[in-house]
Amino acid sequence: MKDKVLPSITEALRLTGVKDGMTLSFHHHLRNGDYVLNLVLAAAQKLGLKDLTINASAIFDCHLPLLDLIRDGTVTGLECNYCGALVGKALSSGLLAKPVIFRSHGGRLADLARGSARIDVAFVAAPTADSRGNISGKYGRSACGSLGYAFSDVQNADRVVAVPENLVSYPLTDFSFSETEVDYVVAVERIGDPAGIVSGTTRVTRDPIGLLMADMAAEVIKASGLLLDGFSFQTGAGGASLAVAYAVEKIMLAEGIHGSFASGGITGKLVEMLNKGCFESLLDVQCFDLEAVRSLRENPAHREISASQYASPLAAGAVVDSLDTVILGATEIDPDFNVNVHTNSQGLIMGGSGGHSDTAAGARLAIIIAPLMRARLPLIVDRVQTISTPGRTVDLLVTQYGIAVNPLRAELSARLRDAGLKVMPIEELKHLAEKICGVPKTLKNENRVIAEVLYRDGTVIDTIRQVN
Amino acid sequence: MRRSLLFLPGNSPVMLQNGAVMPADALIMDLEDAVAPDQKDAARLLVTSALRTLDYSQEIIIRINASDSGHWQQDLTALVPCRPGAVMTTKSSVEAVKQTAELLTELERANQVTPGAIGIIALIETALGVEQAYEIATASERVSALFLGAEDLAADLRCERTKEGTEIFYSRSRLVLAARAAGIDAIDTPFTDVQDDEGIIADAELARSLGFSGKAAISPRHLSAINQVFSPRPEAIRYALAVMAALEQGKREGKGVVALDGKMIDAPIAARAEQVLTAAEKLGLLPER
Repeated sequence: MKDKVLPSITEALRLTGVKDGMTLSFHHHLRNGDYVLNLVLAAAQKLGLKDLTINASAIFDCHLPLLDLIRDGTVTGLECNYCGALVGKALSSGLLAKPVIFRSHGGRLADLARGSARIDVAFVAAPTADSRGNISGKYGRSACGSLGYAFSDVQNADRVVAVPENLVSYPLTDFSFSETEVDYVVAVERIGDPAGIVSGTTRVTRDPIGLLMADMAAEVIKASGLLLDGFSFQTGAGGASLAVAYAVEKIMLAEGIHGSFASGGITGKLVEMLNKGCFESLLDVQCFDLEAVRSLRENPAHREISASQYASPLAAGAVVDSLDTVILGATEIDPDFNVNVHTNSQGLIMGGSGGHSDTAAGARLAIIIAPLMRARLPLIVDRVQTISTPGRTVDLLVTQYGIAVNPLRAELSARLRDAGLKVMPIEELKHLAEKICGVPKTLKNENRVIAEVLYRDGTVIDTIRQVN
Repeated sequence: MRRSLLFLPGNSPVMLQNGAVMPADALIMDLEDAVAPDQKDAARLLVTSALRTLDYSQEIIIRINASDSGHWQQDLTALVPCRPGAVMTTKSSVEAVKQTAELLTELERANQVTPGAIGIIALIETALGVEQAYEIATASERVSALFLGAEDLAADLRCERTKEGTEIFYSRSRLVLAARAAGIDAIDTPFTDVQDDEGIIADAELARSLGFSGKAAISPRHLSAINQVFSPRPEAIRYALAVMAALEQGKREGKGVVALDGKMIDAPIAARAEQVLTAAEKLGLLPER
């Protein structure tokens, strides 16, 4: 029997046959506390490897050392579904010769299935694993809960290396994926910083505008006719998204509504709603806080799902297609309801789709919630800098000044008006913001394309230009 | 309707802007406590700019500086052209209200504002102010409300301000009495713990039970609780409608005395029913016929 346990990352790189030009993959469950991507790439640099492509489900600012590896040619390609603002700013300056490939969570899996993306070796940060490569995210000092985004890497990579912090004796029975998929195990002292693993944005906002919009969004959901027994729901971990969960919970408890499931990134708030009977189950592709991790470990109704089950457009079934309502954010939106979550007002990369376009496409009601102005910049622009999510999949926009419904959803607009909600054309909201803030100057970025945004069907939906 | 009145610091662009979408019946743009002496000019400019740019649906009240501050005349001169619904006099006295009313008359004339259009809300926040509440309420026809400022009052009374509000119970009652005797609104002091979601409900319920017409807020978080407490409840609306229907039926049948559910409907019950229905109509709470 082959001994899977190796003494070092370097040895794993050697034995998995990593060569110049290959693609290494990483999951992002350790979020902004991840050490593993940096560890592996530092080892690759020492070995003198060049021209590597990184396919990571997300890049955070803890991965800033990546920039030096790009500068020295160790890394020449980057594919991800999200990119933090500091790394994004450097990439926007044209650091990489090849365009960064941005996908959605669902699109990444679809492209792996199509063969338009490939992984040579997957390095899987593992809070806990045994010596044969059974892996769990639920246990250990750096427990992150669900390992939903790592499933596709494990299933699609030619070689898989587990990188556990907590190496336990064989067999680890409560595993997310098993030894059948894992080639090597390299134990390290630390896979990450628990403070960064747990998102810092899981507290409900106290901002009155955020709370006002959250109440409006909950009223919209109620008026849409979807908030009935069997209701399914997804919302993010940002303060305003959490406030929507509170507002929806209030209505569900007051009216005795028993929902079916909540999905996506799971927070303690959604766990609380599960425990209060608002939902029958949680379908968890990613845990946002320790309460979610604990619940996933202890409650059978809280179920880990793979990213493929969550959002793949090519899977035989995906949770996003059964979703009633999703709450999403935006940095910009245009009168056609196209949404930008990739670039900021200066055109600099500061985010990415994640599951944005997947859930918008699947959910029966995709709600964008965002303040009409941010720091004197209007939310609604003539044309978004970057199309992250196409307007045809977005149903409505909730701002503090009113609600704009996509003209493609005339029946929804009528329902909301009948319920007495303040519905107005998106152009009117745009005008209102411009009256207060003025019309922002059009950005003139360089012509060079530094990133391509791929929609979940694999087509290039937009490109991002270099910013000097 | 003045169920909820939200204080907005006159030197905060964000809060002045956000105020436009807050579910308050009135916005109190504060040029006094919230603004440092060396920023009074800037605050006046900011508030006038906000009033000219934003479409506020709420009643606008300008809290001007005290009559001994040297700022209040400039406050009125800058703000009268913006036609606020009312100005709030600080540490109100009969003399301060009269002075304010006189300057308002002058400035309204100079700025082509309908004479008497701008009301005065008298902030009562001293022991002497409480003692003279009725005189202040009737010092000018412009006075449309008495407003209790409990924090300063507690300091003047040399007592500790508590959540229960025992120390201001008499002042609250006295203020309501004076305001109602003068036929104007009585506005209760803000509840200052913005984290206490249950405390605000209890405090507003207490104020409502004493006869206040509304309550001020220093945080938008308190607005929905205040609005709810000071809105007619569904059961009160149903009862008021039944009272009015019984009275109409009695009138048609030529009855001198009308009863509802075995209880005689006397004049106070009829008056109260009318008040409830008037408020309900303004708030769109009446059932469709």
